Amino acid sequence: MSLASPFTSVPTARPQRQRRDASGAAMKFRDAAQRRQWFEQRLEPLLDRLYGNALRLTRDPDDAEDIVAEAVGKAWTRLDELRDARRFEGWLFHILTNTFISEWRRRQSRPKPAPGGEPPTPDDLDIASFTLFQQLHQPFLLWWASLEEQFFNGLLQEDLQRALDSLPDPFRLAIVLVEVQGYTYLEASRLLGVPLGTVRSRLSRARGLLQKQLWEQAREAGVIADQGRPGQGGSPP
Amino acid sequence: MSARDLNCEEVIERLFDYLDQELDAQQAADIDRHLHRCRDCFTRSEFEKRLRARVAAAGTASAPPRLQRRIRHLLDQFNGDESDTTR
Repeated sequence: MSLASPFTSVPTARPQRQRRDASGAAMKFRDAAQRRQWFEQRLEPLLDRLYGNALRLTRDPDDAEDIVAEAVGKAWTRLDELRDARRFEGWLFHILTNTFISEWRRRQSRPKPAPGGEPPTPDDLDIASFTLFQQLHQPFLLWWASLEEQFFNGLLQEDLQRALDSLPDPFRLAIVLVEVQGYTYLEASRLLGVPLGTVRSRLSRARGLLQKQLWEQAREAGVIADQGRPGQGGSPP
Repeated sequence: MSARDLNCEEVIERLFDYLDQELDAQQAADIDRHLHRCRDCFTRSEFEKRLRARVAAAGTASAPPRLQRRIRHLLDQFNGDESDTTR
């Protein structure tokens, strides 16, 4: 028998671990029209997430469109390689990610690094220890007056996207692969071609940098006022 | 491996591995048990879960109509090419 938790957990969406494909026989289609219909029916509900993922990877709307189109083209031409129709989603997102990473690596190998790809400065080395929670948490305040609630209520999706986009490439990619796309650390390390320990350290620093950026944005926007003290005029809902 | 009582420091140290589902079943169960009885760690864990959900949501954006047209056009082209090769 399991006991119910004495505390209330907030249900939150999280990226699902996707199975990329299976072994077995290739799928069969009656004709080209059925193949096209099958493909489009599955692609259409995924398009916003494909584009959103591409946008977080590339940070540029035109580049995002390019890699989505390229990934869709690859998926269409390789559709006969897909063994399990239920894994279409994971398979397609994996093609998208690989498409981006191939291009990103190609750009990285050029003599001049891409913007945002510079190695972090030594000042960033202790950034992993920064946590928003420590800045916001005040254990003796009621939930509706807490800085945590003020922060989440004032956090707009574009603030979060701006903070993510501000991270240097290696850190942004680590956090997008793991937290947005649901890759394991091992999968991320293989995709990025770096050791597992590097993925861990990049993730840790990426989280610190992201939370620091969100903290600064929240203070600039007045969501969090006066060095972390609650803003004036807060009242219960 | 047998169940182990973790202290708060150990739980916070492994919290992201736990949230990322990188721990084995026993390690995850040890953290679950601690979160069940420790309000401070539970509150921290909930905070990180909420923030992660917002980060995950950043992976969705409305695909522009231009992209949808481009993909249709691309598939039309592939279809055309495939028809040509079967003639």
